[in-house]
Amino acid sequence: MSSVAAIVEYGFREAVRRKVFAVVVLLTAIFLVLFWLANHFVFGQLSNITPPRDVNVDTRTFAGAFLTGLAMFATLFLGVVLAVFLTLGVVSGDAERGLLQPLVVRPVGRSTLLLSRFLGAAGVCVAYVLVVYVAAMVITGLTGHWWPDTLVWPGVELAGGVVIVIALSLLGSIVLSSTANGIAVFMLFGGGLVAGLLASIGHALNSHAIKHASTIAAWALPFEALYQDALRMMTAHTSGLTGFLLQLGPFGGAYVHGWTIRAWAAAYLVAVGAVALLAFARRNL
Amino acid sequence: MSTALAVRGLAKRYGSVEALKGVDLEVGEGELVGLLGPNGAGKSTLVKIAVGLVRPSDGEVEIAGARAGSKAARAALGYLAELFRFPGWYTADEVLELHQRLAGSNGGAAERRRLLELVALADAAGRRVDGMSKGMQQRLGVAQALVGEPRVLLLDEPTSALDPVGRRTVRLLLEELRGRGVSVLLNSHLLSEIELVCDRVAILLGGELVAAGTPAELSRPRGVELETDEGVRRIAGAVREDAPRLVAEAVAAGRRVYGVRVLTSTLEDVYLEAVGEEMTD
Repeated sequence: MSSVAAIVEYGFREAVRRKVFAVVVLLTAIFLVLFWLANHFVFGQLSNITPPRDVNVDTRTFAGAFLTGLAMFATLFLGVVLAVFLTLGVVSGDAERGLLQPLVVRPVGRSTLLLSRFLGAAGVCVAYVLVVYVAAMVITGLTGHWWPDTLVWPGVELAGGVVIVIALSLLGSIVLSSTANGIAVFMLFGGGLVAGLLASIGHALNSHAIKHASTIAAWALPFEALYQDALRMMTAHTSGLTGFLLQLGPFGGAYVHGWTIRAWAAAYLVAVGAVALLAFARRNL
Repeated sequence: MSTALAVRGLAKRYGSVEALKGVDLEVGEGELVGLLGPNGAGKSTLVKIAVGLVRPSDGEVEIAGARAGSKAARAALGYLAELFRFPGWYTADEVLELHQRLAGSNGGAAERRRLLELVALADAAGRRVDGMSKGMQQRLGVAQALVGEPRVLLLDEPTSALDPVGRRTVRLLLEELRGRGVSVLLNSHLLSEIELVCDRVAILLGGELVAAGTPAELSRPRGVELETDEGVRRIAGAVREDAPRLVAEAVAAGRRVYGVRVLTSTLEDVYLEAVGEEMTD
């Protein structure tokens, strides 16, 4: 256990010392200030918004869900940026620089080393995502007096999505150079986001082909499915026209959701981890 | 003498390139063996396979009786890579502490202090790695390799960045380790260094072992040099046993003899003989 703790601590110290961590913290602070301003002005002018009489929309719920949805996207994006930059060079990059070899030859073993690096990065990123998520919810809750229908699970799912990205990035770092891995993971992330938007469009247009493609993408990239499910749960109990409009997206709908996708996401994480361990065991350094 | 490192029929192919072609090599307990060869001869590949960083294509390597790459083998070895780096934000003491935890060493602060003293870094325990010279980092690398009192030490170019004083420090350290029964495989380009400290030498060329033995076994007689009042005369073909007769003959011929020297080839001569043909191709 001491060697696991040593590597986790090593990864943690590396993470917080890197400039990307400082940049993400700075960007997060700017985002939270801007987010508070957005909440302040939107909820301050809410009474001036009067929908047509026959359109029964709860403007406070709509504004709160939209703003927190936006915060969820920003949190996921910043969490993924942090996750990718902390892990993109864990194997290939560190091996090229000569940082990895002195550690790998120790009795700790490659599997433990990789798992420990995963735990270190996951610890930093999960803590980051949860802090930003809770801060955003508190800002909207206190400024606009609106709280999501479910508070805990969306945060957990958002963090889970980032953990999957960490696993993919670690796997990529074994077979790709740092630059190629960074590009590959961000392209996957972008692909996931596009698939989520496609799902909203597909359901709005009732296009079977688009819905089918977005469903496949959601299962292939479950971090996106978890994010969509987290968004869905924010307004899970909102009904009527307000609920319908929110479900149209982009910050509300999820067409692949529930325990099936959560279980799949967990299995996916285990499978990616197993492939990564196998690839690392066979990797010449 | 029992075997600390055994290499049997070791082969490694990188695509169409054969880095090692069936190498056999043994390092006995407490023995210091130097591994020589030009760039691309396969020296680093052999060492990397021995420490479990690279998978062999064929053959096997055992460290202290355990298969290379296994936990038992890794627990028995200390390794300094040719190209290595420690995190710049760690102090020298923290680097050693990290490796103590990874190696399962219970040596604590006393071991770290002793190792830093051994490599003349006792005053730099609290200095961060990114504030150290390349030579200091290399000496710290040697100290790191010694964490946990390994039975087998594999050093890949451990003195390449060191000044003459640093080289001497490492040389004395290697001699002390040999005295304690630690086995060392030393991969170096510095022939003089190998000649000074190694019990045996192995020369690799194109992935094959082309020469192996003690420096004395590998050296060849190159005649006897006689210094008289007529000057210095070299008698090619003469050996050590001829020296008394040659002196007696010179004296009988009325010459004044100031000195006699038996000439043998240096390790450099042996090395150039072994690899020279390949290098001039």
